[in-house]
Amino acid sequence: MARKTIIPFGPQHPVLPEPIHFDLVMEDETVVDAIPSISYVHRGLERLIEKRDFVDFVHIADRICGLCSFMHSMGYCQAIEEIMGIEVPERALYLRTIWAELSRVHSHIFWLGAAADAFGFESLFMQSMRLREMVLDIFEATTGGRVILGVCKVGGVRRDIDSDALKGIVNRLAALKVNLEEISAVFINDYSIQHRLIGVGYISKEDAYALGCVGPMARASGLVMDMRSLGYAAYKYLDVEPMVESAGDCYARCLVRIREIFHSIDLVRQAAEKIPEGPFDLKVKGAPDGEYFSRIEQPRGEVIHYVKGNGSRFLQRFRVRVPTFSNIPAMIKALKGSGIADVPNIILTLDPCISCTER
Amino acid sequence: MGEPQEIVPLGKNELMGVVARLYAEGYRLVQIGCNTLLAGYELNYSFDKDYRFKNLRITIAPGEEVPSISAIYQNSFLYENEIHDLFGIVVTNISVDYSGTLYRTSIKTPFSVDNVKLPEAPKQKKTEGP
Repeated sequence: MARKTIIPFGPQHPVLPEPIHFDLVMEDETVVDAIPSISYVHRGLERLIEKRDFVDFVHIADRICGLCSFMHSMGYCQAIEEIMGIEVPERALYLRTIWAELSRVHSHIFWLGAAADAFGFESLFMQSMRLREMVLDIFEATTGGRVILGVCKVGGVRRDIDSDALKGIVNRLAALKVNLEEISAVFINDYSIQHRLIGVGYISKEDAYALGCVGPMARASGLVMDMRSLGYAAYKYLDVEPMVESAGDCYARCLVRIREIFHSIDLVRQAAEKIPEGPFDLKVKGAPDGEYFSRIEQPRGEVIHYVKGNGSRFLQRFRVRVPTFSNIPAMIKALKGSGIADVPNIILTLDPCISCTER
Repeated sequence: MGEPQEIVPLGKNELMGVVARLYAEGYRLVQIGCNTLLAGYELNYSFDKDYRFKNLRITIAPGEEVPSISAIYQNSFLYENEIHDLFGIVVTNISVDYSGTLYRTSIKTPFSVDNVKLPEAPKQKKTEGP
């Protein structure tokens, strides 16, 4: 039997410049165990709830992560609205859906770029980042922010998008789609990419379910699981279809994300066509007295925003269970048995967001 | 309105039996969370099957131990280590026990009853009788 050695991966690594660490237990070139270590920059944001009025806290929820900023504020607001029995205006629900899907598009394109960089495909990385700018420009035009949108509020949204601007967004996304088809063909068909991803980091459907996988990671292993099917926001009015692959390897996770980008563009188009006229926010009176587990589908999967209040303006508890935290056990499973050279690609195809994890 | 959510209060001794039954029925573990109470803790074990959300809840006193469910749900070990490190609750027999090193916090057990001051509920306004 080969001698076991330990190779540290992270907390700073060229492929993943976010602080997560793995002790990789190696036998020759093969990983036999992986021991994760997190919380290098744990911020304790959840406890800020004791010091902030529940209406103002949405700005903190917005800042949990830069890639899923809007989704965090939306999940938080949804939990408060459920407790207080607030009927959010339909127009606001559609606007939330549009910004949420745009967030998914830019997060997945960002991931494509990061993945290309990990393969050593510099030009593809640059092309992906160039295309992502188109979505950030839409954010800036509609919310004033490119990363932290600050547009969600309890009872609705802070800004409207008029019908001309909505048509403009749909047209810009149509142009983006043409460009994306070009680069996604490279991701799907390129020999080198296939060689690096096919059969690597395999997770079976059974393991994905037992280990609590969520998001594209679960769907790439054949699990039909997408919280948008719950019908929150305006998803109940749209044709949402979970993108599922069955291979369970890194390549399948890449395919799921590419298909989800196109699906999200279509969801924005659907929402822009169906959005009703009317108010986009509601004046909120009172304070939450009760609890709720809000579940929404972020780019990385199911996120839980748990809120508990006792009728005061300051909540008793705010907890976020982020998808990356839920995917770590499967990450360990995928790493076991892999070659050392595949470790960066495996970790990257799980799309870990440490900013979310260190909330 | 949102999805219906079932919250089932349980005694600590019933927990393992009910969790094992949910596992056999095909529920997945969504999360384990913990709330600080005035004099104790509330642990929430959330499960899902076909988008049906079910939450088991146990309440414990400070210093009371909780059994790990990692023998049933392998992925529970991260949540249980998190609860140990942030709340100071001792979870026994975790399959992968970090022994307090999962979270590097400047204050030990920052979410424990000693460190959390819960907001007071608003006082009811007295209505004068006729």
